[in-house]
Amino acid sequence: MATKMPKVPVVIVGMGWVGGIIAAELSKQGVKVLGLERGKPRGTQDYYMVHDELRYAQRYDLMQDLSKETVTFRNTEKVAAVPMREYGSFLLGEGLGGASIHWNGQTYRFLPYDFEIYSKTVERYGKQKIPEGMTIQDWGITYDQLEPYFDKFEKLAGISGDAEQNPMVGKRSNPFPTKPMIKTPVLKLFEEATKKLGYHPYMMPSANLSEQYTNPDGVTRAACQYCGYCERFGCEYGAKADAVVTVLPVAQKTGNFELRSYSNVIQVLNDGKKASGVVYVNTVTGEQFEQPADVVIMASYVFNNIKLLLTSKLGKPYDPVTGKGVIGKNYCYQTNGGSAAGFFDDKEFNLYAGAGSLGMEIPDFNGDNFDHSDLNFIHGAGIRISQTGQRPIATNSVPKGTPSWGKAFKEQSLKYANSVLAVSPQGSSMPWKHHYVDLDPTYKDAYGLPLPRITFDFEEQDRQMIKFVAGKSAEIMKEMKATTIGSSDQLGPYNIVPYQSTHNTGGVIMGAQPETSAVNSYLQMWDVENVFVVGASAFAHNSGYNPTGTVGALAYRAVEGISKYLKQGGIIV
Amino acid sequence: MAEDHKGKSPDPSRRSFLKYTGTAIGGVVVGGAVGSALSSKFGNKQAAPSPSASPQAPQQAADYNQAPMFLNQSQLQITEAAAERIFPKDDKGPGATDLGVAFYIDHQLASPWGVNSREYRTGPFVKGEITQGDYQSIKRHELITMGLQSMEDTSKTKYSKSFVDLAPEEKDAILTSMEKGEIMVVNGITGKTFFNLFRSLTIEGVYSDPLYGGNKNMQGWKLRKYPGNQMAYANIMDKDQFVAMEPRSLHDHFAH
Ligand SMILES: Cc1cc2nc3c(=O)[nH]c(=O)nc-3n(C[C@H](O)[C@H](O)[C@H](O)COP(=O)(O)OP(=O)(O)OC[C@H]3O[C@@H](n4cnc5c(N)ncnc54)[C@H](O)[C@@H]3O)c2cc1C
Ligand code: SF4
Repeated sequence: MATKMPKVPVVIVGMGWVGGIIAAELSKQGVKVLGLERGKPRGTQDYYMVHDELRYAQRYDLMQDLSKETVTFRNTEKVAAVPMREYGSFLLGEGLGGASIHWNGQTYRFLPYDFEIYSKTVERYGKQKIPEGMTIQDWGITYDQLEPYFDKFEKLAGISGDAEQNPMVGKRSNPFPTKPMIKTPVLKLFEEATKKLGYHPYMMPSANLSEQYTNPDGVTRAACQYCGYCERFGCEYGAKADAVVTVLPVAQKTGNFELRSYSNVIQVLNDGKKASGVVYVNTVTGEQFEQPADVVIMASYVFNNIKLLLTSKLGKPYDPVTGKGVIGKNYCYQTNGGSAAGFFDDKEFNLYAGAGSLGMEIPDFNGDNFDHSDLNFIHGAGIRISQTGQRPIATNSVPKGTPSWGKAFKEQSLKYANSVLAVSPQGSSMPWKHHYVDLDPTYKDAYGLPLPRITFDFEEQDRQMIKFVAGKSAEIMKEMKATTIGSSDQLGPYNIVPYQSTHNTGGVIMGAQPETSAVNSYLQMWDVENVFVVGASAFAHNSGYNPTGTVGALAYRAVEGISKYLKQGGIIV
Repeated sequence: MAEDHKGKSPDPSRRSFLKYTGTAIGGVVVGGAVGSALSSKFGNKQAAPSPSASPQAPQQAADYNQAPMFLNQSQLQITEAAAERIFPKDDKGPGATDLGVAFYIDHQLASPWGVNSREYRTGPFVKGEITQGDYQSIKRHELITMGLQSMEDTSKTKYSKSFVDLAPEEKDAILTSMEKGEIMVVNGITGKTFFNLFRSLTIEGVYSDPLYGGNKNMQGWKLRKYPGNQMAYANIMDKDQFVAMEPRSLHDHFAH
């Protein structure tokens, strides 16, 4: 049925950050690359009317069309999963550039501790510190080994940050390529308060350029204008680093890269040992095509990476009963909660202005930067303040006790529209034996494939952690001298309805052994040597940081593996 | 014929529109939809010009956006009355009515969003745990019109009056029952689901770009000193003082 296309050396499934990086690097090396993207092509010319909160932030104009594909979810195996019919907890990318178009650009590196979390936890606290069922493991690579790739990604994107090295995060071989963003009065307030409390604040590393910048590929981009329409929007200036304004033009210039939009991959063809290509559907006409290839790169984000491997019968599916198998294992998320809102009766800030990565954080309670001996959890949270631009539909904070509508609501929400700040922790998420992604037995997508099914909940570990960091946020807000403070230290069950973060991780995790991981440190599948599965699906757990800095570094690492594989074949070690 | 009146009316409100319609059909008493439109009280509360109609307001022409695409006359009236209670007019400025929120809601219900076009609609629809999402098998435009109907029914039963004719406290009582889920919208769906959607529609109508029909003359933004769609704030980021600006809409942007 499917029309057979001429064979290509490399086919990439998904053209987001990861697909773009790999396409650029391989095509620069002279490798012919084909990129398949289910969504439409786009560029900065499409963002002329982008400052539209309703269309982009409330109606998700740039995100995946859920009428075609979504996920199903349940908290535990005891209940039936229900489809996520509309957006909430996280937002999935679609179209050229994927989620890189509408991300915030907060570009952290995971901590040295993260990559060796199992060994370091056992070393400092002993084996008994790891509770029954928590499946943390080392990543098969160290921070020092990954450092050059972090450096590469940061230079590509032009990440802006402080000149001084913060003592609590991984050492840098080079300073940030661009100066930090503007330290606004809001940020200064946070900085003074946290310094006074003895913490180590620093400017959030930012992919919103602080100044005009030319990257090593010769791509020049303009500085951020702090327009306040960053997260969920495309940047009309090209100031926010994304795949469309950085790597994709570089790939296109080589003449070695071909992009096919409106192409949804529904199968990876394979004999269990090697893949021979993919099958995709033209989403406009419904026509099917077979695309033979020497190497298949999965760059289609966590959920589709897992789903396609499972439906194509690639790798060993994870079994939550025995704990054996790997595809779908160690699904993690991010544990948000415990923030402190400060209402300032006598101050007005320019809160309408801001940028996606304009902020500061303290790393003092992230990773193992503090002693966990007497605490009932491991890891922690980065505690931050952000000034991303407070848009009026989304932000109507009122002090506790105010009704959610009517006269008093109107009065209070207007009074504090420019006078409310929040200090918010972003917490880590540890893997558990019973948290995983598999295929839903009931619900199917528009192409007839089963939807990926998430089984996930917050655990006692998360509740303890949130309780702990909530205290720290409130302490900081108090020091910032807010008139009234609203805070909560309670973490309920994971709920897929309110937006939390698009930081889904795991499912095709990396590691040093094929028994406990799906891919090696080049993100090459142990079982199928010519398939590389790239993205946050490779994370063995999730840190208290945003994922993309680490995703970008791993993508560069994968490129090195793919190049080696193209020359020598076999498993790259 | 309606053109004859253009420019003569200082208040280009929906009332004028209805008046012209009346003129156009010769003022005869008719039944059906037109008749009820003529006798409708819709817009009567706008006797005084809203604060948005400032002397400098550039346009004197009718706002051609203010016509329902989806709701019928009575549904539009209830929508306006309920939205006004959620975001009421006060001494600081306009409420939902003067901001055009009812038309915003109407236009949204007529849009692809109103029919859930970008959402997963394949069954079976099952009621999951709260954490799994409160997803309805009926479409948004149905949820809203059914919810309006059940408010009207409740009002008639309890007060023997239409919702729009109730005193403010009576309207609030019905909205509160809705919010608490004490009133059903249709079997299996409580008023809570309706209320939550209706409340967010109201907030959206107050604050979305005026191109959608609400936030009339950017008055919603002015209330909270929100500058709307500006190209850049780079030059004010380090300022300690609050910087007030005249808001700009996407219309201004487009006109450039
Ligand atoms: C609102 C928002 C804010 C964010 N903010 C931050 C932040 O501040 N900091 C940070 O570190 N991270 C942030 N992220 C996360 C960040 O965007 C992702 O980590 C990053 O984009 C992942 O890159 P990727 O290439 O793996 O996936 P994506 O960018 O999602 O790209 C995957 C691509 O694959 C395509 N695809 C999927 N399935 C198929 C298929 N079957 N066939 C063909 N194509 C397919 C998709 O259409 C998509 O274009 C944010 C995300 C969102 C949504
Ligand atoms: S805040 Fe800066 S980076 Fe973000 S969209 Fe606006 S100009 Fe672009």
